[in-house]
Amino acid sequence: MIFNPEVIIEKLPELANGLLVTILLWVAGIAGGVVLGFLVATARRFGGFVTNAVLGSIVEVLRGTPFLIQIFLLYYGGPFVGLMLDPIPCGLIGLMVYSAACYSEIFRAGFGAVPAGHVEAAGCLGMTRLQTIRRIQIPEMAVIVLPPAVNLSVILLKESAVLSIITVPELTATVSAIGSQQYAYLEAIFILAVVYWVLVELTDRIGRLAEYRLSRLRFSKA
Amino acid sequence: MTLSAITIQNLVKRFGNATVLQDINLEIPQGKVSCLIGPSGSGKSTLLRCLAFLEESTSGMITINGEALGFFETPSGKRERLPPGQIRAVRAQTGMVFQQFNLWPHMTALGNVSEALKIVRKMPKADADEKAMAQLRKVGLENRAGHYPSQLSGGQQQRVAIARALALEPKIMLFDEATSALDPELTGEVLKVMRDLADEGMTMVVVTHEIGFAATVANQISFLDHGRLLFSGPPAEVFAKPRHPRLDQFLDTYLDRGASMLA
Repeated sequence: MIFNPEVIIEKLPELANGLLVTILLWVAGIAGGVVLGFLVATARRFGGFVTNAVLGSIVEVLRGTPFLIQIFLLYYGGPFVGLMLDPIPCGLIGLMVYSAACYSEIFRAGFGAVPAGHVEAAGCLGMTRLQTIRRIQIPEMAVIVLPPAVNLSVILLKESAVLSIITVPELTATVSAIGSQQYAYLEAIFILAVVYWVLVELTDRIGRLAEYRLSRLRFSKA
Repeated sequence: MTLSAITIQNLVKRFGNATVLQDINLEIPQGKVSCLIGPSGSGKSTLLRCLAFLEESTSGMITINGEALGFFETPSGKRERLPPGQIRAVRAQTGMVFQQFNLWPHMTALGNVSEALKIVRKMPKADADEKAMAQLRKVGLENRAGHYPSQLSGGQQQRVAIARALALEPKIMLFDEATSALDPELTGEVLKVMRDLADEGMTMVVVTHEIGFAATVANQISFLDHGRLLFSGPPAEVFAKPRHPRLDQFLDTYLDRGASMLA
């Protein structure tokens, strides 16, 4: 077997298409997950015992089962309960819900890491509970969670490859198809790994830059 | 007889089964500096936190400039909580300074001082900034206005925290071991700000381990031990010999460390 990258280079337009689908799903998954995860974490933190318990159990199930199984159940099991979804919407919803559960845990830990004294100081200065949440707790939490949130975003990019099993035409599905058509699995998979790695590296750099920019807004200077 | 800024009557605070404050009665005079001293765990910080309503007392009453803080007693003697707005209004008369400064790290020094003016007092940004700047000038930090807390020394952070509390023009300032997290040099710059404040006639309640500060600045010294207020009085009286044996024992540890002025 000879390593022959040419077979892949011919297929660059297809590859670009797959890459685009992956990036769009990934970015939309992050956006939806961050918003939904933030709402869940905020509701759990400030919404009382019952809200916390109910949302907490849902989050535990979502985080405690493999994404592969969740997406399989949603796509192939959904029709049994009347939920018929096309591959792309199904993948997008699956990714958002899964990432929301993961982000919510990061945000929850972030809220917990805001020193109680900062909240007490706000109370002593006459701020209401809502003002304190909005002006002190949420902004401080946002700075604290940046590193783990970037880390999770990287993991989600790699998890998005799982969507190939429900025939979402993303990068992994596209490259596997090229591999089978050309009988050039090694080349295809190699290129696939390189593309994911470049994306991950890029994300990491952006994350580190943001962290550096925000470092003066936190006390623990790394 | 001077007027009382704060009246504490039969105050009790329990955490579960542990009684942290036992039947505290104390009058804190207006325009004077009142220091709470005592060993660790004696309840002095808890007492101060009750005055700031950061802890809710189990029973008893706190009155600030004649207004009940947090709770009131119905004619039938039942203790009931006041509505949140009313609690905030009474709390607004006090400003609190913490051992750990508790500045908000995502705001500049100016932002920390002007925040409550904008959010609580609804002042326009320009006015709030101007007022905040005046407070920073007062604590000697106008040239640090744009710095974030992480870019300031501990002493500077504490002075910003004092400016932040003063910006809302409280009638009473509460200090909870304001210098305990600082080295001796930085302690000096914070104590100077506190002395200046005392000279201006601010009513101050100061929990401190700085016995020298207490002896030279305070008008009233209260000694707590095991949740009880053992005695309270002017420094000349409290430190004069013969002293209360528990205070003697407590002061011995300071004398060992060179506070010979009190010997």
